Amino acid sequence: MTGRSTSDSTGRRMRRDPQGGPPPRSGRSTTTGRTRSWRDSPLRRITPWLFLAAPLALLITFTYVPVASMISYSFTDWDGVSPERENVGFDNYVQIFTRPELFRVFFVSGYYLAASVVQIAVALYFAVVLSFDLRFRNLFKGILFFPYLINGVAIGFVFLYFFQDGGTLDAVLSWLGVATDHPWLGDPASANVSLAGVSVWRFTGLNFVLFLGAIQSIPGELYEAAELDGAGKWKQFRHIIAPSIKPVISLSVILAISGSLSVFEIPYIMTGGATGTQTFVIQTVKLAFQFNKTGLASAAAVVLLLIILLITWIQRRLVPDDKVDLV
Amino acid sequence: MTSPDLTAAPAPAGTRVSRRRLPVGSVLTYLSLVVASAVVLLPLVVVLLTSLKTSDEVKEGGALSLPGNWLNLENYVTAFNDGHMLMAFGNTAFILLFSIGGTVIIGSMTAYAVDRFDFQGKKLVMAGFLIATLVPAVTTQVATFQVISSFGLVDTRWAPILLYMGTDIVSVYIFLQFIRGIPTSLDEAARLDGANAFTIYRKIIFPLLKPAIATVVIIKGITTYNDFYIPFLYMHSEDLGTISTALFRFKGPFGAHWEAISAGAILVILPTLIIFLLLQRWIYNGFSQGATK
Repeated sequence: MTGRSTSDSTGRRMRRDPQGGPPPRSGRSTTTGRTRSWRDSPLRRITPWLFLAAPLALLITFTYVPVASMISYSFTDWDGVSPERENVGFDNYVQIFTRPELFRVFFVSGYYLAASVVQIAVALYFAVVLSFDLRFRNLFKGILFFPYLINGVAIGFVFLYFFQDGGTLDAVLSWLGVATDHPWLGDPASANVSLAGVSVWRFTGLNFVLFLGAIQSIPGELYEAAELDGAGKWKQFRHIIAPSIKPVISLSVILAISGSLSVFEIPYIMTGGATGTQTFVIQTVKLAFQFNKTGLASAAAVVLLLIILLITWIQRRLVPDDKVDLV
Repeated sequence: MTSPDLTAAPAPAGTRVSRRRLPVGSVLTYLSLVVASAVVLLPLVVVLLTSLKTSDEVKEGGALSLPGNWLNLENYVTAFNDGHMLMAFGNTAFILLFSIGGTVIIGSMTAYAVDRFDFQGKKLVMAGFLIATLVPAVTTQVATFQVISSFGLVDTRWAPILLYMGTDIVSVYIFLQFIRGIPTSLDEAARLDGANAFTIYRKIIFPLLKPAIATVVIIKGITTYNDFYIPFLYMHSEDLGTISTALFRFKGPFGAHWEAISAGAILVILPTLIIFLLLQRWIYNGFSQGATK
């Protein structure tokens, strides 16, 4: 950090006062002359833009142009193909919030939101446990994290087999003496709970590794001092571990909220959105690419974008993020 | 299962290891860890077992039954050939190569321009990248599809490549963070030797960015390998399947042939497992860095 600020201030000083550059040795040496003229040349001024041309072109084409056109589509009844489109004002937005079959997807997010509470709690527990020195620590760490790295389609199939009639779950339950022929993916509540469970299985590892990293960056002397003062494990957790992982937890909460609103892969692969497991993104994709309702789908996407921006804004207000040091 | 951590970690933290002993209820602690490991591993192990069974064994036996022949690789051959997995791995490799290469170049150039130059509009450029991190890509695909389609790139491998390259802002931040630690005196010295900005970037900055490049390659590599959404939306042709979409297509023709589907899933998971075992430490660091950016 210090290195950067020094270099910055030198840079700025040199720009303001070109004479104060490298110490002139004998009057005006050739080296000084060359660097100086280079520093003032128009080439110098356009150099950063040469480096930024490609990145900015991509950024604008694939982030800002889509956002802008999405907003403009959302006020039309465009089908995505035909050259003409009618302006329909706020009609698409009204539909999203008044047609119950469109609005229902928000309730499905509730299952995933509840699941992410479980996920964060489980991850926190194992991060605290594995921050202690115990046997097979790295083995357990690896096992808990690995699901996060697995391909989503593979996870979908693994759990289709897990939940199917006579599949892994039924077999384990009957081995434990619980006989059941409940079709796990058969009714909306059970299907959504099952799918949310898969998402806990998949994403706990990331939270766990984030928490573990934060806990392990706490200097050891703090615990030593606390132990000398007679603080027990719980007090150590409460007063040393909890405060220092607060930023990571708040980040995880944000990721969990925006994640549970934009669930797509697992339910799409496993049930295709059937039996009441349709999520917001599945619905948007279907509207846009199956039913050619680009206008309505754009309005849905704008709503999701606004919700996510709102949540991020609230988080920034609640937990001022001192990590974001941009310029 | 020995990881780089196992040997490296205790050495610097010698005092800590002796001090931070197990909590009291250590039996319960281990029990919870074992249960969690079982929950993670059981679904995967069952699928591995299923992939080694014959079609009859799957129909007759329960999910937890063992395969009759542990070396029955027939399902893998079926999955590999009939599932067009070779083509899928080829397409994924092609996309990985270009999107990772592109991301590294784009990200490091952006970081170099922003960190090493003072110019008008710098704040605006930074804000442009920052605000873009808040826009989740899943939401904008409706309109991004129209952009890609207007370039005539739908159903080509260039659609995902451009999207992976153009919308990766996390890597820009990883490079930016790292480039700040490279002393500017190196740039100055090279400039005195007559090097221009591009030579400095190529000969000095880029080689010094190696650790950041490794992080970006790992995160980008794994997320691209696993991505389903983008190839699913943009590449419909049978011969343009990536490993995700090719595996997804198992659902139709293989119907209830769980032994073949399982073999396909294991084929897809296996490379990830190998990379994970080889690069554990890099992967943990990479993903924690990537997520907190």
